Amino acid sequence: MTLTASTSISGTAPSPAELGLRESATFDRATISDIRRAAETGIYDIRGWGAKRALPHFDDLLFLGASMSRYPLEGYREKCGTDVVLGDRYASRPLRLDIPVTIAGMSFGALSANAKEALGRGASAAGTSTTTGDGGMTPEERGQSRNLVYQYLPSRYGMNPDDLRKADAIEIVLGQGAKPGGGGMLLGQKITERVAGMRTLPVGIDQRSASRHPDWTGPDDLEIKIAELREITDWEKPIYVKIGASRPYYDTALAVKAGADVVVLDGMQGGTAATQQVFIEHVGIPTLAAIPQAVQALQELGMHRKVQLIVSGGIRNGADVAKAMALGADAVAIGTAALIALGDNDPAYADEYAKLGSAAGFYDDFQDGRDPAGISTQDPELSARLDPVAAGRRLANYLRVLTMEAQTIARACGKAHLHHLEPEDLVALTVESSAMARVPLAGTQWIPGAGGTGY
Amino acid sequence: MTIIDLVEAATPAAGTSSFDLDADTVRDLNRTLHRAADGERFTVGNPGGRHSIGAGISAELALDVEGHVGYYAAGMNQGGTVTIRGNAGVGVAENMMSGTVRVAGDASQSAGATAHGGLLVIEGNAAARCGISLKGADIVVGGNIGHMSAFMAQAGRMVVCGDAGEALGDSIYETRIYVKGTVASLGADCVAKEMRDEHRAELAELLAAAGLEHNPADFTRYGSARTLYHFNVDNSSAY
Amino acid sequence: MCGIAALQVRNTALRPQMGSLLTGMLCQIIERGPDSAGMAVYNNPDLVAEGFATLSLLGIDLGISARDLERVLGSSLPVGGGTKVRELGDTTLLSAEVDAETLAGAVGASYPGVVVAGRGEHVTVMKSVGNPKDVAERHGLAGMSGTQGLSHTRMATESAVTASGSHPFAVADDLCLVHNGSFSNHASVRRELQRLGVAFDSENDTEVGARYVAHRLSAGDDLETALTNLGKVLDGFYTLVVTTADSMAVVRDPIACKPAIIAETEDYVAIASEFRALAHLPGIESARIFEPEPGRVYTWNL
Repeated sequence: MTLTASTSISGTAPSPAELGLRESATFDRATISDIRRAAETGIYDIRGWGAKRALPHFDDLLFLGASMSRYPLEGYREKCGTDVVLGDRYASRPLRLDIPVTIAGMSFGALSANAKEALGRGASAAGTSTTTGDGGMTPEERGQSRNLVYQYLPSRYGMNPDDLRKADAIEIVLGQGAKPGGGGMLLGQKITERVAGMRTLPVGIDQRSASRHPDWTGPDDLEIKIAELREITDWEKPIYVKIGASRPYYDTALAVKAGADVVVLDGMQGGTAATQQVFIEHVGIPTLAAIPQAVQALQELGMHRKVQLIVSGGIRNGADVAKAMALGADAVAIGTAALIALGDNDPAYADEYAKLGSAAGFYDDFQDGRDPAGISTQDPELSARLDPVAAGRRLANYLRVLTMEAQTIARACGKAHLHHLEPEDLVALTVESSAMARVPLAGTQWIPGAGGTGY
Repeated sequence: MTIIDLVEAATPAAGTSSFDLDADTVRDLNRTLHRAADGERFTVGNPGGRHSIGAGISAELALDVEGHVGYYAAGMNQGGTVTIRGNAGVGVAENMMSGTVRVAGDASQSAGATAHGGLLVIEGNAAARCGISLKGADIVVGGNIGHMSAFMAQAGRMVVCGDAGEALGDSIYETRIYVKGTVASLGADCVAKEMRDEHRAELAELLAAAGLEHNPADFTRYGSARTLYHFNVDNSSAY
Repeated sequence: MCGIAALQVRNTALRPQMGSLLTGMLCQIIERGPDSAGMAVYNNPDLVAEGFATLSLLGIDLGISARDLERVLGSSLPVGGGTKVRELGDTTLLSAEVDAETLAGAVGASYPGVVVAGRGEHVTVMKSVGNPKDVAERHGLAGMSGTQGLSHTRMATESAVTASGSHPFAVADDLCLVHNGSFSNHASVRRELQRLGVAFDSENDTEVGARYVAHRLSAGDDLETALTNLGKVLDGFYTLVVTTADSMAVVRDPIACKPAIIAETEDYVAIASEFRALAHLPGIESARIFEPEPGRVYTWNL
């Protein structure tokens, strides 16, 4: 959304608070602005980014570091492993990553070619994978990505068996956390000749992509689709199934039954390039609430750590990585955070954000294609601002920091590998997060809804 | 004599490898097809409705299947000439890039879904969502097609010698559709269009390629009214 | 999410083979639903008889001897005697010369935990968890004759993998329903039916469909009208196959994403989720093979 220009506060005029005016909690200024905008334009608000409302999140969890009953590892001497193998259930060539932080699917089209290249460079330098998005694979991206996951989406834009065979893994996308049950949207400004060509669309149209796959629905048919993709790629590539978090217990179990090698679970804080605001803020469940349900499904099927779980949606620092893994994830994926590492919402462009009616740290009109940072745009001049080498280096730095931070916490908990973190290493700060994450409220043995004691 | 018989008569059987899917697995078949060179010929007996038969062909080979196939037969075909002497299940020739896939019987739903190139001929009827999200391939159907066919079709051409079901060409982009029979209803943004000489010529070429004899003058062309290309709140009832 | 295979045998000479043909069909749809399975067989003379209600029961503790069961139930039935009990795989068949409602009432009073998986004078319903092939073997499906049969393999979506949650749902005399897909407003329809006094055995969305059809049939609808009405009330994606004592019907929702294919010959009508389940039926080469059109109810009467 675009910030409405606030009334300028002159030196003498008292603020509303000073006047004793009370703002409605129900109809606050943002709400009033939304209603006015809807009434004026007749179009719902479309924006990028993920859910902006406050949600129970990883910040509401804390680790129990070692002291007497447990022994910590030495920070700079004793090894804490970070490697992860993804997709060794059926695929003859699983992915072997150095770090458990991957780059989530973001399309060329939503992002500039330079941004895609930078993601590939950063991920490769840090020893992890990156992922295509709706709209196909670009040579820049394939060239710069040591491990590239090829998304297989409902729209099948640019879907090509040659690229399928070039990929290191295939991710069948059912949905994403920002909009479980919704299709994609790319507005005309970003459908340049190259993007249109890759998607077989007329230049400059508003593109609405499908929410259901065109040739299968449901897990029974997905099983047949997975088998087809395995046949085409001669059973070499890991097949991921990505779901937006809404009913993750059932969806995870069904993905496993349909034959997935890896389940990718995206919580509602996960980002999007362009979706209706009402969808982003009101559909899906928080990442924190989604993970234990998915892990429970995997455990009940005897598939935890055999079918790997990648969690995304609001991962920002190494503590988030460690917490997601302690709750049972094998790896995490970052999208929004990766774009910020590249330079999205950089205060250096403060003046330009202001011209767009936004501000650094608030800019979310990714659909407009006018990103001053040159990331969520197809404008050649703006795109040229992003140096893919320098941006890739920033991303690699950030990925290494995430990993080292997660290791710091894991060592403090006495773990020689990040995968040895477990829910019992965590406590919750709030009743909500305790119920959702299924870890006890700090200082108690109480997990609301669990019916028993913590441990 | 159908076109298949003609092709058969013209091609010697020598140098043909045979698979019997009551004995061989689909994996054996597809592994062999993926390693085959241009010009090689293969036949498949007892397909028994199995899935993914001939999926991922990437050479200009010929594959003849004697019987009914399941889902995704000839999926993502690149260059192969695949003949199915029977019915095809869901998503035959889905995402085909090039080559020819011919179904002598009927095709289930989503035939030719998202296909980018090549020619899909269905001599019988095709069920729902034929040519959904079509991206450039040509589809010729000898009989009728089911509802929501050519949904969101982006490019390529579709010929229907029989009737079309409900909501033909809903949210269509630049695909051209030719229908000889009746259309139960048109989907959002799909309209009948004028048949000009270039359309009759294009249609005659497609019918000839499919080996079907019809008079192009008997067909009506359908395509996008292009009113939904840019979101407009006044069209909200169409979404 | 599931596989469906159903067969109505029109040629009496072929009826002894009904079970073996249905077993062959069922084995081709296992991947669509490996969790659990269920079968319904109509008019098998060894299992059912006119004038006798037969119940297919789940959850009878096999520690109870058949004789005890006969004695307990026989004493609580109005006529007494005439009660017969038979173990069939994981299913207990109970028959008596009374109406099914009375017999079910007697079972419910004596064994409250028992699930009545099938009821009527014509049908036997067998359901269990595990690989569908094993389920069919345990019940001896291949050796059964019959006029028609219905089978289902289940990949549980939002409810538990249990025998009672398996399809078919047989909630009225000789009525069976199987489903591939999922209803999106079943909770509301369930509440409305409950308000009208309908009781449920499971949390399964399919049971709502079965109860709705039974409710409409008892209100006077014929099968075709009941299924047409179902389409107006239940939202979602579905292929349904419904059988009664003498008929079989199939219907798909108007969007019709979930598959179904029909083969019709002089000898039989067969319906399955995928062609491979039909591939080995006799005379399939010359059968009329077609897919049911969206939103249209097809019925075949014996």
